[in-house]
Amino acid sequence: MMNRWHVMKRLMPLLAMMSLLLAACGREDLSTLNPQGPVAEQQFGLMKLSISIMVLVVVVVFVIAIYVLIRFRRKPGDNRIPVQVEGNHKLEIIWTVIPLILLVILGVPTVKTVFGLAKDYSNDENAIQVKVTAHQYWWEFEYPGYGVKTAQEMVVPANAIISIEAKTADVLHSFWIPALAGKIDTNPGGNVNRMYFEANKPGVYYGKCAELCGPSHAYMDFKVKAVDEASFQRWVTAMKAPAELPADPAIAEKFVNECLTCHAIGDKGGQLYPNLTGMGDKVAVAGFLINTDNPLYANEGSAYENLKRWIADPQEVKPGNSMPKVNLTEQEIDAIAKYLSEQKLDY
Amino acid sequence: MAHGHTVKRYSGLMDWLTTVDHKKIGILYLIAGGFFFLLGGLEAILIRLQLWKPLNDFVSPDTYNELLTMHGTTMIFLAAMPLLFALMNAIVPLQIGARDVAFPFVNALGFWTFFFGGVLLNVSWFTGGAPDAGWTSYVPLASTTYSQNHGVDYYVLGLQISGIGSLIGGINFLVTIINMRAPGMSFMRMPMFTWTAFITSALILFAFPALTVGLAALMFDRLFSANFFEVANGGNVVLWEHIFWIFGHPEVYILILPAFGIISEVISTFARKRLFGYSSMVFATMLIGFLGFMVWAHHMFTTGLGPIANSLFSIATMLIAVPTGIKIFNWLFTMWGGSIRFTAANLFAVGFVPTFVMGGVTGVMLAAAPADFQYHDSYFVVAHFHYVIVGGLVMGIFAGLHYWWPKMFGRILNEGLGKLTFWTFFIGFHLTFFVQHFLGLLGMQRRIYTYQDGLDFNLMNLISTVGAILMGIGTIVFLVNVVVTWAKPKNAANDPWEDGRTLEWSIPSPAPEYNFVQTPLVRGYDALWKEKMDGNKGMTPAEPIGPIHMPSPSILPFVMSLGLFVTGLGLMYNFVFAGIGLLITFGCMFLRSVFDDHGFHIEPEELQDKGVKA
Amino acid sequence: MSAHTHVDGQLPHEPEKATLEGRNKVLGFWLFLGGETVLFGTLFAAFLALRNQVGDGNPTSQELFDLGLVGLATFILLTSSLTSVFSIQAMHKNQVKPMLIWLAVTVLLGASFLGLEIYEFFHYVHMGHGYTTSAFSSSFYTLVGFHGAHVAFGVTWITILIFQVLKKGLNTVTAPKLYVAGMYWHFIDVVWVFIFTVVYLMGKVA
Repeated sequence: MMNRWHVMKRLMPLLAMMSLLLAACGREDLSTLNPQGPVAEQQFGLMKLSISIMVLVVVVVFVIAIYVLIRFRRKPGDNRIPVQVEGNHKLEIIWTVIPLILLVILGVPTVKTVFGLAKDYSNDENAIQVKVTAHQYWWEFEYPGYGVKTAQEMVVPANAIISIEAKTADVLHSFWIPALAGKIDTNPGGNVNRMYFEANKPGVYYGKCAELCGPSHAYMDFKVKAVDEASFQRWVTAMKAPAELPADPAIAEKFVNECLTCHAIGDKGGQLYPNLTGMGDKVAVAGFLINTDNPLYANEGSAYENLKRWIADPQEVKPGNSMPKVNLTEQEIDAIAKYLSEQKLDY
Repeated sequence: MAHGHTVKRYSGLMDWLTTVDHKKIGILYLIAGGFFFLLGGLEAILIRLQLWKPLNDFVSPDTYNELLTMHGTTMIFLAAMPLLFALMNAIVPLQIGARDVAFPFVNALGFWTFFFGGVLLNVSWFTGGAPDAGWTSYVPLASTTYSQNHGVDYYVLGLQISGIGSLIGGINFLVTIINMRAPGMSFMRMPMFTWTAFITSALILFAFPALTVGLAALMFDRLFSANFFEVANGGNVVLWEHIFWIFGHPEVYILILPAFGIISEVISTFARKRLFGYSSMVFATMLIGFLGFMVWAHHMFTTGLGPIANSLFSIATMLIAVPTGIKIFNWLFTMWGGSIRFTAANLFAVGFVPTFVMGGVTGVMLAAAPADFQYHDSYFVVAHFHYVIVGGLVMGIFAGLHYWWPKMFGRILNEGLGKLTFWTFFIGFHLTFFVQHFLGLLGMQRRIYTYQDGLDFNLMNLISTVGAILMGIGTIVFLVNVVVTWAKPKNAANDPWEDGRTLEWSIPSPAPEYNFVQTPLVRGYDALWKEKMDGNKGMTPAEPIGPIHMPSPSILPFVMSLGLFVTGLGLMYNFVFAGIGLLITFGCMFLRSVFDDHGFHIEPEELQDKGVKA
Repeated sequence: MSAHTHVDGQLPHEPEKATLEGRNKVLGFWLFLGGETVLFGTLFAAFLALRNQVGDGNPTSQELFDLGLVGLATFILLTSSLTSVFSIQAMHKNQVKPMLIWLAVTVLLGASFLGLEIYEFFHYVHMGHGYTTSAFSSSFYTLVGFHGAHVAFGVTWITILIFQVLKKGLNTVTAPKLYVAGMYWHFIDVVWVFIFTVVYLMGKVA
């Protein structure tokens, strides 16, 4: 028998959860509810508008439902046949027209925002152009205006429009920086997509791959590092500077033969795989092993430790990625990891 | 030709393998659909176990992708649709006063093709890998370049074969409902469940052929090196997305419309009140069906279709909320002024209403394209569709099963266990999926094997896993109920709920082989209720008692489907087998054409026995 | 409701609709053709999306298509549709022998169409336009090939029906089969008109 107690029993867990959760709008570097840039802010605005309208609808429905279930429940011994009602034209018109009005209230800002956010900044001289190429399982960032190519970490100036051209080199991926902007799919071939974003202030923002792309889809994180304008310029200069090879000539030779066939560092090496310039400054190795001196979790460690772990067995970290186990002894891996962890750019 | 036909009757297993009786076929769909529901549920539990804590390694990343693919594919194609077909088969002919569907042989064929398609899909677990590119199987991931094992081939072939079954079922119900209603049953006197079955069947007819082409194109790319989606040779991967979703969106309306029909029946019966606003309900269902074909690209807002397309599809998607809202209010006002009895069936129906509304409103939120750029491919979407599919469709199926169980099996499911099923499943459901809205908003993408620690995802994922286990317990309680009820005597009354309004409640429970001794005369909407209110004991017959013509059983549907199964395996492993399979299937078609089925007669003297021997 | 060959010795007018089973078959087949329309519609959509992806060095549609040959095939198929109309007209007049003759002519014309199409495909492959050559070629062969497969099925089906009528005669059981086979034949004829226009004519001109 359904009574008030049963109704509360059903709603309590939901209400408790909702208050607990709405208390936190989420991390500044990751949450769509805590936007840190104008694009995410506009999208959040639509989210707030739509949820307000929808909460209203839900409340109306819940109130009527709860009232009806309590007021008209069959009491023991009650065998009457209720009056059979075919309908009520007035009511039916009301609950058709009001939703239509609510949809107009939502629809107009939606269309305006669709067009607003579709602005193409690829020919804007004040925007920073970045070409994003997604791979299984890493992100390539090329800055054609600056002649710079990097991987996994997109360094950009804060308070500037970053104009993105996104595509994939293999399967579908999706380029998503939740705190700064909604995502755009990376398509192969001619279906190149454009979007833009801007960061209100310096910071490191989480980037995620948002389209199932294989076994290491979950590991395909990247970062957007917003810095002040001067710092960005220093970064560009540092990225183009020639790199020093490892001091030990034997290690240097191994590094060139085993690593630089695929990777590039400074002005040397292959262009097809993640660029290693400034490896020591990066927030993470392989996008997922976070570099920190206070590792708390299983995917954290110092840059040196993370690099060792990665080079020793890339498939163990990210199954299915393109890097094989390279032909290096344990000491050579150690030395190269140490060398790379010391490659810092001054910006 | 004379009437003399030898009566071909089988018993035991052969009876079930050769039946063309819609009631038995309904039970076959229930058993097979139920089995696949358990399989899909197991896959879900394994997914949630992997995700209960960060950086877990309960399964491998490859296995995880297989689990999520098979969970979605199994639940939609092999569980939800067959369970709906189970109820449609069991009940629609009874509701319109017919003796069977228009094409009983083809009905059986529909079941067996679905069954063998589902078996083929699941064979993949044992032969080197289940499909692992998601139930949406996007290319290029699903192409041979990036999916080298046979997994996606099983997906393509299994679904192609299963899809034939769905298409067949759709045509069957359309013709049955158009041509075989009892005298006096105009369209606007049909029960809501029949109406929704009718419109759903139209959706199936027009949506599945698109999937057929998509699957064929992917199959040709994979097996014969075609270039539909091969970018290097001019193919286009966005084309796959369009073709898939032109099918995929109507598919979700195919899933939900019959559930809407069930809710209308159950709420109306247990409130003792006629459905409020019947003609608007019919019109709203038609509008939902029609609009369902106009919104597919809302699954592709982030694909890069451009602002004009995104705006149009946003608006079209929001519009579907209007007819859906009309239905919600009609259900609430059906109960208003009524006398509501909370049976287990009605608990599910009543629980459906607020839950589905929650799912529907997140749908409207998703419809706003710019916002969707944040929600898309995150757990927010996962929460939305589980709210409407599980909180909507599955609850509707539970309601329908509890409601119509006596008509199908002659026994009422235990009410206490039914209520326990409801509460565990309902609470478990909300625990599992409510938190997922927030996970998505906080930045958790979907289809990820694991997540990092320290991102504030941990507690909600744990809660979600606990909820899933609770849903599993609820399902087990239901199974216990089925077993416990099986042991009870088959003594349900014609109208065990005592408030039946529609024709199925005017005949014995379970329904006899021929359904109606005499086709009834329908004098209004809620045909049986009308007779009750006029003081009559039952329906007035529309014809004299006479011999009843029945269709003959046949093993051909089973064999034909087996042939298709062999063809599927052959296309992957050995083309000779593919040829043999096709020969078997076409051979059966030839036999069916050449050897006419004249059926047999049940004579008036035999009309005293009760029910299907289930 | 079993099938009666004759009521008072006469075949009913419109024998395909004289029984419930017959009416069900005819309606069911109309609906099936609705689904087939969506099927071919999707194939056309895929073709239209991919028809310009010829690939470097491969023959283009202008180079490949010979409107004379295709025109002849079209004429043959359209005529076969006409002869199938004659066969149903004869069926409605209970003239079994003319009906069977017109059906046989339909089958022969259909088979000729297929023969021409097979010759056409061989020629294309020889010119470097194979199934796996490009996205254009894959979508071309799939669309036109599906249609050809439908023609082949129809030719086989009608042939089997001819033999059935010879054995069992024309009655309310065989009449619906002939009628829906006729509907099927008209359908694939209509699809061909679209193929001729969208694939061949547009391919030659564009």
